[in-house]
Amino acid sequence: MRRFEFVIERGLFLCALLSVGTTVGIIAVLAVETAAFLREVPITDFLFGTEWTPLFSSPSFGVLPLVAGTTLVSLIAMLVALPMGLLSAIYLSEYANSRVRRVLKPILELLAGVPTVVYGYFALLFVTPLLQQFIPGLAGFNALGPGIVMGIMILPLVSSLSEDAMRAVPNGLREGSYALGATKMQTSLRVVVPAAFSGITAAFILAVSRAVGETMIVAIAAGQQPRLTWNPLVQIETMTAYIVQVSLGDTPQGTLEYRTIFAVGMLLFVGTFGLNLLSSWLRQRYREEYS
Amino acid sequence: MRRSLDLAFQACALLVLLAALAALAALIVDVVRDGTARLSWDFITGYPSRRASQAGIFPALAGSIVVILLTAILALPIGVAAAIYLEEYGRRNFVARAIELNITNLAAVPSIIYGLLGLAVFVRLMGMGRSVIAGAATLALLALPVVILATREALRAVPKSIREGSYALGATKWQTIWHQVLPVAAPGILTGLILSLSRAIGETAPLITMGALTYVSFAPDSIWSSFTVLPIQIFNWVSRPQRDFHANAAAGILLLMGLLLTMNGLAIWLRDRYQKKVAG
Amino acid sequence: MTTARTRPLPGSLGELASRNAAPPSSSSEPCKIEAKHLNFYYGQKRALEDITVQIRPHLVTAFIGPSGCGKSTFLRTINRMNDIIPDTHVDGQVLIDNTNIYGPGVDVVQLRRRVGMVFQKSNPFPKSIFDNISYGLRINGLAGTTSELAGQVEESLRQAALWDEVKDRLHESALALSGGQQQRLCIARALAIRPDILLMDEPASALDPIATQRIEELAYDLKKKYTVVIVTHNMQQAARVSDYTAFFWLGRLVEYDRTEKIFTNPTEKLTEDYVTGRFG
Repeated sequence: MRRFEFVIERGLFLCALLSVGTTVGIIAVLAVETAAFLREVPITDFLFGTEWTPLFSSPSFGVLPLVAGTTLVSLIAMLVALPMGLLSAIYLSEYANSRVRRVLKPILELLAGVPTVVYGYFALLFVTPLLQQFIPGLAGFNALGPGIVMGIMILPLVSSLSEDAMRAVPNGLREGSYALGATKMQTSLRVVVPAAFSGITAAFILAVSRAVGETMIVAIAAGQQPRLTWNPLVQIETMTAYIVQVSLGDTPQGTLEYRTIFAVGMLLFVGTFGLNLLSSWLRQRYREEYS
Repeated sequence: MRRSLDLAFQACALLVLLAALAALAALIVDVVRDGTARLSWDFITGYPSRRASQAGIFPALAGSIVVILLTAILALPIGVAAAIYLEEYGRRNFVARAIELNITNLAAVPSIIYGLLGLAVFVRLMGMGRSVIAGAATLALLALPVVILATREALRAVPKSIREGSYALGATKWQTIWHQVLPVAAPGILTGLILSLSRAIGETAPLITMGALTYVSFAPDSIWSSFTVLPIQIFNWVSRPQRDFHANAAAGILLLMGLLLTMNGLAIWLRDRYQKKVAG
Repeated sequence: MTTARTRPLPGSLGELASRNAAPPSSSSEPCKIEAKHLNFYYGQKRALEDITVQIRPHLVTAFIGPSGCGKSTFLRTINRMNDIIPDTHVDGQVLIDNTNIYGPGVDVVQLRRRVGMVFQKSNPFPKSIFDNISYGLRINGLAGTTSELAGQVEESLRQAALWDEVKDRLHESALALSGGQQQRLCIARALAIRPDILLMDEPASALDPIATQRIEELAYDLKKKYTVVIVTHNMQQAARVSDYTAFFWLGRLVEYDRTEKIFTNPTEKLTEDYVTGRFG
């Protein structure tokens, strides 16, 4: 009986260890292929080059256009998601009564549950044509449409995390403010939001990380032309869309072109991982503040 | 004056919230408008074709169902086992803390990275090829953090008094877990599994990356066969310039959303029905 | 830990700790449960200090004392239920039939088979009445064939004076029973695996007077076959039900003697103050 219990415990432990194995696997796979890539392409060319044409006969491997594309779309998404998400959170946390909250929150969560390929469809075939009626120079593939749609997709994340942070603020602070004659708006903006600042910032950073890692919306609607630009009206390509582009093709294993997806993947992983760590650290801090 | 500013702010915040919901409504209306006409029995059971009006979605539908079933078979036992270890056995040791932290981080890794992992390890290294099982393994890794989290919550919800009663009768730890804790936690675990699967069924990027094809004219006939899934088929059709294919894409979206709603509804029903009173 | 005190601390506490609290009358009955200089720690905090006591078989022994005095903690050392709590530590010995249960190589699972426990808040499993009883039998390998098992279940329920009330609904949920019935079910469950000793941790504190009375009668009857130790904060209950009483205070055993003596003519001033209601 003793031995059986011991075997069971070891078995369960191994299953738990699999998650560590996954992380190790991700890092190992990305590192090995990136190392092979960097043996042929100097890292300075990769990180600081401004032309990304790895599939040409005389290729360039400067990743900055992809990074610019990702940054541009994410920025637009954040401009949509952050203010709207924060305002929604303020409304749900400070104004709405529990009945309203019980209805509105799940519907808001629905936004997060829609598959990204559906959002891509929406961005390409509804939002971009709609925008084209107001912005005549808007290309069919651009950064603006998918950026806005991505913002809507991320909004629930910002809203719900910010709301958590705000609800963790002790009521005593609010009551003190009301007692001084402040309105709800003043209390929310001047007392609650600053008090929940670390938590809200953690939410924002996590949202950015999510936007950076998003693939299908941009693969469908942003285009496949890597371009180092801040212009949201023209076609670009993001890091994630590039990986999809190559995967859809016939690139044989072991070639330099094949390895580019891992090098870009490594960059993506490092970026999002850093952002996630930062967000976790901030969230830990706000929890400690109010525990 | 301040009062009206406050009211304006409140209205503004509410408007923003409603705007987001309006966007969702616009999306739904748009898809319904574009796709309902194409949604028919022939469409669901038909095969892809170069003529948009004759194209069907069956291989993708079958592929999705097979992949999801395989993902469930892989993710459930491993996820539950890991959660049991973390919640019941490893509460106070350092390795368990490290594993927990690791799982939290994994949950936030972009899904396309999982595709790269699946490509290198399952497809190439382990020689599974671009098969359904490799796809399912990739998605299982993706689903694991959610399953583990949901299972841990379900385990935590089991009252301590039940465990104590079992130990006092001379039960071992595993006997207590298997006979008393798991049966009580089971509905919560299943609900978590279904929810994680409903997310997995909409995943596109990891499967494209690990090599699911975009043009497949057959349903998968074994776990080693190549495959495609609903979201990839939708992606394929949306990427074509012809408007007729866009209608197909919209119909495919309706099908996918229908599947999602069913799964989520099932999860919610399960949770409500089996939320029995466990302690008097 | 706070106890309501209306008088200054008695100064004789130091003497008490070193006194060997054995019952004054010499007797040739072997003792069933014995503690020798038992110290128990929750982390750094000492909850039991130098407990030495001999508990006789086939009697009801009551542990009394104010909240937090350590009586429940001591009870739980007898079946090593405290092992489940992390960061606890035992110094000294607890012997059952002259074997130290904290010695090396002691099988805790077997120990708990021989020492049954009933908890303060009844904790029936969320299963049928039948399955509640059969669980202990099954996991300890004591379950007979189907007909034998039915007999075993019936016998336990009869011993707990519950059979007549539930014989027609054995396969209904245990949670549908009243509080008093649930507690008797827990007693039946503990008795089913034929322990030598039955530990009862404030078994009636959550029950109404009538249910309480039934539990007390039961405890008194059970001593014919078992050794019963009951923790109670209700002094009248201790006086009604027990043969010997041990009075604990602040983690120390103050006095241990026949029940009549403790309640009519105790040796220690502290005991007298407690049983006459002057504090606690």
